[in-house]
Amino acid sequence: MSEHQISVTVNGRPLHGQVESRVSLGDFLRIDGGYTGVHLGCEHGVCGACTVIVDGKAVRSCLMLAVQADGSDVTTAEGLAEPDGTLHPVQQTMREEHALQCGFCTPGVVMTLAALTAGDARPTEEALIGALSGHICRCTGYQGIRRAAKRLAADAGARAGEVA
Amino acid sequence: MKPAPFDYVAPTTIAEACAILDEAGGGATVIAGGQTLMPLLNLRMSQPFILVDINKIPELQGITKETGFTRVGPVTRQCDVLTNADLARDLPVLVQAVRHVGHHQTRNRGTVGGSIALGEPAAELPATSVALGAMIEVSSVRGTRQVAAHDFYLGPYMTMLEPDELVTAIRFPDWPANHITLFREVAQRPGDFALVGVVGALAIEGGAIARAGIAWFGMGPTPIKARQAEAALIGQSLDSIDPAAIAALALADTAPFDDHHATAEYRRTVGKRIFASTLGAILTLGEAA
Ligand code: FES
Ligand code: FES
Repeated sequence: MSEHQISVTVNGRPLHGQVESRVSLGDFLRIDGGYTGVHLGCEHGVCGACTVIVDGKAVRSCLMLAVQADGSDVTTAEGLAEPDGTLHPVQQTMREEHALQCGFCTPGVVMTLAALTAGDARPTEEALIGALSGHICRCTGYQGIRRAAKRLAADAGARAGEVA
Repeated sequence: MKPAPFDYVAPTTIAEACAILDEAGGGATVIAGGQTLMPLLNLRMSQPFILVDINKIPELQGITKETGFTRVGPVTRQCDVLTNADLARDLPVLVQAVRHVGHHQTRNRGTVGGSIALGEPAAELPATSVALGAMIEVSSVRGTRQVAAHDFYLGPYMTMLEPDELVTAIRFPDWPANHITLFREVAQRPGDFALVGVVGALAIEGGAIARAGIAWFGMGPTPIKARQAEAALIGQSLDSIDPAAIAALALADTAPFDDHHATAEYRRTVGKRIFASTLGAILTLGEAA
């Protein structure tokens, strides 16, 4: 059983650790980093609750080893809001559209939507709704999450229109 | 739900990876995207002594056009296939198939080679490689060999790959620029493995079919080449083809099974219908073109 010295940038801050090779990125973030916004549900790639952004892409942190993330740039739900507490547009939209109840699935959903709407990306409504198929929510019945996704697609389109 | 302990190594060349696999004598498992392997590790259904991570080997990445074929590096991410302009033009059905592999989040890490090397019988990419006539390049310290995709699969998750071997490329042969493609799957939810699926390509010359490559997924212990249907299609003019008759021939090559998702009878019934309707639809398109 090998152990590895790794360094990951999490929400702009360095996180160093000595990890056993079998430790998932999700466990490393939660246990070594204290980023408990990473929710581990099924731990085998089905539920999507553990989704984080690694080097710009939404991935399941239960399906990646911590050692594989060495040198990567990771964003978790804790890294989205402004330091003064202003919510990220995805968080704000989900809040307004009642897209959460218990909140267990929420960090994963938020990270997927945040990855797809980052920067000047112009995701279609279809792309956002399609990506939601990678998340299971036991509470909301999905309608609020879908409304939020639709609004985010429309907002991204409008932003692009302003620039053009 | 945590993996059993293992050693982890991340070689940076094919030679180094092959040497590790050779020394491990069957105790090593290769990890590419890990989107199927990590669940198996977490559930302790797979317990290797050494995990060999091939993500740091540059030779295994990327998509290159060579004479007669397109070489896809096994560690090419599925998400990168979706945005590759050359593949969209040259091998559109591969792109179409990848859209159905897992979810956005798993395609961001999952690889083409991982899916092809694993050999899940209901997965899209093994069947696509069989349909298109791909050659799978396999290397070990003993040398390199090319295996035709339709010979590669032996059973569910069983392939010709020896424990010391690594898939080092997938070669998709060229198809003529005007070839037409077929793809259809029935699954319970987006991202699930298919209950039944069919994928293929047809090349047309002078109004008749000059080349056909068609395979089923979810219709037996491996992806299944629809040999009889392919043979029957060759040389036929588009307006003389009876899709239902070809579907019946295609079905004759399958060996579907009962599981808790669907019965063999369901798979046969639905398989025949989607085959006939998909073939009928593309033939109409082919005539119009
Ligand atoms: S905990 Fe990772 S997908 Fe469920
Ligand atoms: S809000 Fe409870 S699982 Fe989605």
